[in-house]
Amino acid sequence: MSAELAVCDRALEIVGPSGAAEVRVSTGRRSLTRFANSLIHQNVAEEKCSVTLTLIADGRLARASTNRVDDDALRALVERTREAARLRPPDPDWPGLAPRAPVAPVDHYDRATDEASPRQRAEVVAAFLAAGAGMSGAGYCQTTSEVTGFANTDGQRLAGRSTQATIDGILRLGSADGSGAQTAVDLASLDGAGAGEAAASRAALGAEAIELPPGRYEVILEPACVADICQFLVGYGFNAKMHADGRSFVHVGEAQFDAAVSLWDDATDDRAVGLGFDAEGTPKRRMPMVEAGVSVGLVHDRRTAAKAGTTSTGHAIGGGERFGAYPTNLFLGAAGDAGSGGAPASRGSRDEVVGAVTRGLLVTDFWYTRILDPKTQVVTGLTRNGLFLVEDGQVTRGVRNLRFTQSYAGAVAPGHIKAIAPDARLVNSSAFVPSLHLASWNFTGGARG
Amino acid sequence: MFDVTEAAVEGALAAGASYADARVVLTRTQLVTARDETVESVSQGEAIGVGARALIGSSWGFFATPETSTAAARRAGERAAEIAHASALVAGSGRGPALAGLAEVSPVVAHWESSYEVHPLEVSLSEKADLLLEATTTMRSVAGISLAEADATVWDTEKWFVSSEGHRISQRLAECGASMTATAVGDSETQRRSYPGIRGQYGTQGWELVRGIDLGGNAGRIAEEAVALLHAPPCPAGTADLILGSEQLALQIHESVGHAIELDRILGWEAAFAGTSFLDLSQLGRFRYGSELMNVTADATLPGALGSFGYDDEGTPAQRVDIVRDGVWVGVLSGRDSAGLAGVPAGGMVRADGFNRLPMVRMTNVALLPGDSSLEEMIAETDDGIFMDTNRSWSIDDQRLNFQFGCEIAWEIKGGRRGRMLRNPTYTGITPEFWGSLDRLGGPGEWAFWGTPNCGKGQPSQVGHTGHPAVPARFRGVRVGVAG
Repeated sequence: MSAELAVCDRALEIVGPSGAAEVRVSTGRRSLTRFANSLIHQNVAEEKCSVTLTLIADGRLARASTNRVDDDALRALVERTREAARLRPPDPDWPGLAPRAPVAPVDHYDRATDEASPRQRAEVVAAFLAAGAGMSGAGYCQTTSEVTGFANTDGQRLAGRSTQATIDGILRLGSADGSGAQTAVDLASLDGAGAGEAAASRAALGAEAIELPPGRYEVILEPACVADICQFLVGYGFNAKMHADGRSFVHVGEAQFDAAVSLWDDATDDRAVGLGFDAEGTPKRRMPMVEAGVSVGLVHDRRTAAKAGTTSTGHAIGGGERFGAYPTNLFLGAAGDAGSGGAPASRGSRDEVVGAVTRGLLVTDFWYTRILDPKTQVVTGLTRNGLFLVEDGQVTRGVRNLRFTQSYAGAVAPGHIKAIAPDARLVNSSAFVPSLHLASWNFTGGARG
Repeated sequence: MFDVTEAAVEGALAAGASYADARVVLTRTQLVTARDETVESVSQGEAIGVGARALIGSSWGFFATPETSTAAARRAGERAAEIAHASALVAGSGRGPALAGLAEVSPVVAHWESSYEVHPLEVSLSEKADLLLEATTTMRSVAGISLAEADATVWDTEKWFVSSEGHRISQRLAECGASMTATAVGDSETQRRSYPGIRGQYGTQGWELVRGIDLGGNAGRIAEEAVALLHAPPCPAGTADLILGSEQLALQIHESVGHAIELDRILGWEAAFAGTSFLDLSQLGRFRYGSELMNVTADATLPGALGSFGYDDEGTPAQRVDIVRDGVWVGVLSGRDSAGLAGVPAGGMVRADGFNRLPMVRMTNVALLPGDSSLEEMIAETDDGIFMDTNRSWSIDDQRLNFQFGCEIAWEIKGGRRGRMLRNPTYTGITPEFWGSLDRLGGPGEWAFWGTPNCGKGQPSQVGHTGHPAVPARFRGVRVGVAG
C-alpha cells in the first residue's frame, strides 16, 4: 500500500461513521529551471503535499485541504470540514460518492524523471540554447511528479502516479521570436537541441517580418494553436455543466464540425500524461466528443451526470463545482481514429499540406486568447512566436503578429478543414493534436491597431 | 517560526551562499459559492511551509518544502544552494547582480499587520452563505435570468522573513472580497452582468468590505440589465469617443500600464511566457505614455487596497513610486535584483504566491490619480460617443501594446445624454496612442480602489493580488465594435 493511501485511510478513520467522505492525498516534486537572455535566472524546486477531504453529513457537504499529513493536522482537517458542513445548508444536488470501480492500468511515470537533478535540467537548457547561435534564448525546463492516493467511505480505493518533463522556449533574433517545445513522461525523451533547432529556424525565418493588413486569410495552425482551440471547445462546449445551463454551442447528434475530424479524450493512451482517475475517484476511459464531425458526447463529473441521468465520464477536476468537468487528455485526429485508438492520421505529408496553400498564413502559437461569448465561441487573441506568409505552397517570410477575433467553432465547422498534417504532438500536457489547414481565419488588427 | 527561517538561511550559507533569505508562510483560505437557490460549495484551505533562496556568485537557487522542522528548513537552504550551483552550468549564467549588485536596502526588524474592523475568518460560514444566497435568489427571481452566481473569498496570510543581511520581519494580512453574476441565455448568445465588477471587489480589509458593497441591494438591477442586454442592439463598429467606467479602466491600467512597467519584463526575464514590454529603460523620464492628464503611481501604502502590505518578500518597506507624471513615464516596478541591474532604487514590489514560490516583481496598487471631471460631466460634454462599463473579456499582446477589451454593457451617448443600451461592446487600441487620447478624468469622489485577485505571472505560475484605484475617464477617437 502506498504512503498516500495510508494517509487516506487514517483520515477516514478519524472521520469515523459520522458521514460519507472522500480523501485525496498527493505528494510529489516540481522542479523548474528557467532561463532568459540565454542565462538561467530562476531555478526552483519544491516538495509538494496536499490532502483534500470532502465530507458529507446530513446532506451537507464541505471540503477542506491541508499540506500536512501528521495526525494532529488530519484531526484539525476533519474538524474544520465537519464544522463547515454543519454551518451550510443541505446540498440537494449531491450525487453521492464514486462507487467501487477498477481503474485502467495507467502508469505515465518515470522514476528517473521524478528524481531528476538541476544539473540534468541545465543540460537540456544548454542544448536548447546551443541550437540558436547568435540568438538570445528564454524559456524553461521542468520536471514534475505526482503520487496520489484516493479513498472514500463507499470503498473506492485508488492509487496512481505520473511524471512529466517539458522543455519550452523561444530563441530571439532581432525582433523575431521563434518557439520550440516538447513534453513527455520522461526527461530522457526530451531533445533540447531539437526543440532549440525548431525555435531557431522560426526566429531566422521571421527576422525580416513584414506587416500584413487585417482580414480573412487561409491558415495553417500548428499544434499549439489547435490545442488552444480544443481547450475552448471542450471547456465551454462539451462541458456538461455549461451545456445544462444553455451556454454551450454543442448539440449532440448534429454535424457541427468538419467531417474530417474526430475529438476525444483518453488518459489511457500511451501518449497521454497524468493519472487514470479523476478528482472524485472515477476511473478515466476513452471518451469520444466528436466523431467524423458529429458531436456525440459531453464530459461529466458526478454532479452533472446525476442531473442528466447518466454516469460520470471521469472528468471531475479539483475545485470544479463552479466550472464543471474538464478533459485533460485530448486527442484530435482524422475521422475514424477516435474508434480505432490509433495515431491521429493525416492527409499526406506536412510539405503537402503547406504545398496546397496558394496564399495564407502559417501560425505557430496563439497568445492571450479570451472568449467573448461561450455560445458563439468567439475568441480574441494574438499570434505569437512565429507568423509566416505562405505563397504558392512555400513558406516565404515572417509576418508581424496579428490580432484575431474568430469563432473557434466556426473555424472548424463543416467544410472548413482543408487538411490535417501528420505532425501531432503533446501540447501543454493536455492535448495531443496535429496542425490543421483551415479555410478562413478572421484577423482583426495588427501592430498598429 | 523565526527559528525555522533562520535554520534555512544558515543551511544555505553553510553550503556556500553569499546571500540567503527564507520565508515561512502560513496561508488560510476560504471560498463559499452560491448558485441560484443553493450553496454550491464551501471549501477551506490551509498550507504552511518554508521557501529558501540562495545566491552563489551571480546565480540563484530556490527550494521549498511543507516540512517546517528546523532540520527540514536547514536542508531546504542547502538544496537552494545546490540549485544555485546548477544555475551556473549554463555558460555565463547569472544576470550579473551578485550581492554587491543587489539594490541596497537597510535590514529591518519589524512586525506589521493589515487593519480590519471584522476579521473575515471570524464571520461564520452560515452568515457568508446567507449573504450570497440573498443575492442569487434575488437575481434568479428576475424573469429571463438563467443562472445566478455569487461567491466570497477570504485569505489570511502570516509570513516570517529572515535574510542573511539581518532582516527579521513578521506580517499578517487579511484580505477578502465578493462578487456576483447574473446570466441570461438567448437563442444565439449569452449576456451577463456582474457586480461590483467581473472579478468582484477585493481589498486588504475585513468583512466590512463585503458588507459595504451591498450585493443584495444591487442584485435585482444587474439581473434586469442582463435580460435587457439580450434584446439590445449591438455596439456599432467604427471610431467613437469612449467613456469607461472605473472598473473597466482599472483593468486597462493593469494590462497596459501595470504589466508594461514591470522591470523584470523590461529586462527580458519574462520573455518566453508573460512577455516583454514596449518600454525601454533608455526612455525612462522621456517617453510620453499618455496625455498630460495621466498621472500614475504604484503605492503599496494605500490603506485597504488589495495591493497593500507592510514589507515585500525581500524585506523592502512598502512605498509609493511615481510611474507616470503628467503623461511622461518616470518609474518602474522593481525588486532588489532587477533594480540593482537597472540602476534604480529598490521599489519594494517583489512578492511570492506562497511559501513555495520564488518572489518576483508584482504590481502593488497601480493607481490612476483622479482629475477634476465626473462621469455625468463627461457624458454631458460628449456629443456622440459610447459609455462602456464592467469588463467582460481582455487580451493584450506580449509587449503590452495591442489590446482588445470587451465590456458587459454600454450605452450610446447622443447630444450629451445617455441613450440606448448596447450589447457586446468591445474596443481596441495601441497603448500609448490610447492613453494619449485621454481628455477627461473623474474627480476624487469617484476614485474607487478596485482589486484584482487573479493576476497571473511566472513559471511555475503564481497568482498575485493587485490594486488599481481608478476613476471614470474619456478617450477620444477609439476603435469600437470589433466582432468575430
